Amino acid sequence: MYVAVKGGEAAIDAAHAWLADARRGDAAVPELTTAQIEQQMTLAVDRVMAEGSCYDRGLAALALKQARGDGIEAAFLLRAYRTTLTRFGHAAPLDTAAMGITRRISATYKELPGGQVLGPTFDYTHRLLDFALAAEGVTRDAVPERAADEAAIPRVSELLAREGLMQREEAAEAEPSDLTREPLAFPADRSARLQNLARGDEGFLLGLGYSTQRGYGNAHPFVGEIRQGGVMVEFTPPELGFAIEIGEIDVTECQMVNQFHGSLTEPPQFTRGYGLVFGSGERKAMAMALVDRALRAAELGEDITAPAQDAEFVLYHSDNVEATGFVEHLKLPHYVDFQSELENIRAMRRNAV
Amino acid sequence: MGLLARAKGDAIAALVAGIDLPTHTRIRGPETGLVMLRGRAGGDGAAFNLGEMTTTRCTIRTSAGQVGHAYVAGRDGRQAELAALLDALLQDADWHDAMMAAVIEPLNAAERARHALRARRAAATRVDFLAMATMR
Repeated sequence: MYVAVKGGEAAIDAAHAWLADARRGDAAVPELTTAQIEQQMTLAVDRVMAEGSCYDRGLAALALKQARGDGIEAAFLLRAYRTTLTRFGHAAPLDTAAMGITRRISATYKELPGGQVLGPTFDYTHRLLDFALAAEGVTRDAVPERAADEAAIPRVSELLAREGLMQREEAAEAEPSDLTREPLAFPADRSARLQNLARGDEGFLLGLGYSTQRGYGNAHPFVGEIRQGGVMVEFTPPELGFAIEIGEIDVTECQMVNQFHGSLTEPPQFTRGYGLVFGSGERKAMAMALVDRALRAAELGEDITAPAQDAEFVLYHSDNVEATGFVEHLKLPHYVDFQSELENIRAMRRNAV
Repeated sequence: MGLLARAKGDAIAALVAGIDLPTHTRIRGPETGLVMLRGRAGGDGAAFNLGEMTTTRCTIRTSAGQVGHAYVAGRDGRQAELAALLDALLQDADWHDAMMAAVIEPLNAAERARHALRARRAAATRVDFLAMATMR
């Protein structure tokens, strides 16, 4: 129970003035521009867009600057901003098979159509601090280029599906759930789960995904494919009545391949866990794919024994904006609640004596 | 329209800078809102809502009475208005060829160059496995 408390306005004003000053830091150091954040803190921007569930690099950069680099606070700001905008409608599902690839790897096939394309990855770096970056004016080396054909690269899952060894996804054209319009309800269908995971906290999903690998849930995943790059956004304005391209966005997709022992109606085959995230969120896409597969336990008739397989546990706790709201509300005045608890404890102690 | 949506507003403005475009009136916008983006489970299954994207739309009418619409990703009102104007002019036989040559073809060439550069850089990071006798 919260009691309206008056007073504190001057203290709050002073706190916010100090916050603005602390955000700016040492005046002798040039102020950071949102363009610098957008261009040079790209993965932080991507994460804020993913967890803020709103693709807009400039807004995400602004949110990061305002939040002093706090990703969850920035995602919160972006979520709050989006509520001020009207929705024009929904786009056609992104065609990730037609992606303009910047990175594409598979851990299941060494040589495959399209090849292993590393892209701008941290993988194979030595994770040694590069003190050259601490100096300004580092020269930019030319980026190597090689002749390329720009034909679309087939998905790895399709190679297995053609052999009948990969479970086909149901291509239902039903209207998907939308958590921004309808609250989560259980049992949650796959569309609600994927939307929830796509905007879920990377750290939470990473921990859950990791738990499935360590034995909490019977997962034996392989990275069938990770692909990153640009996809076209197609939208059909009602006044036109036909689809137009309204932009190109960067996304990361992960297809986790998992063994499935089969059931009375289905033969043994591979099944998919799926991850799709705004920007270059490879770790998040992988974690999402692991958790998506774990949450399919019920539909695949597998035993539900682990936290990552428990849809209510996962989906109710994955959203960092909700989680931070409820955890941080503990800071609000609970003076009256606490008084009653205090009375209670005192009475119990009196009675014990 | 895709090219106008993917180009930067500044780039479109620079291409039309020297052209005496007909006057137009705004019918709607430019206004910024959201479009919900979707993915498909497994990449090819049932659709799900991935997250929203800021989008700016504009509808204009030229002095000749031609109506143009535009929806462009982002929050650039000027880009949306120019795209709507160009949409109208491209439907106008008197303007179509000139606008294709002055705006659409340069934007197309710039985008193709951007995509080709991305593809060439990606190709340079494609792994060439050396032939090994046993590699299973």
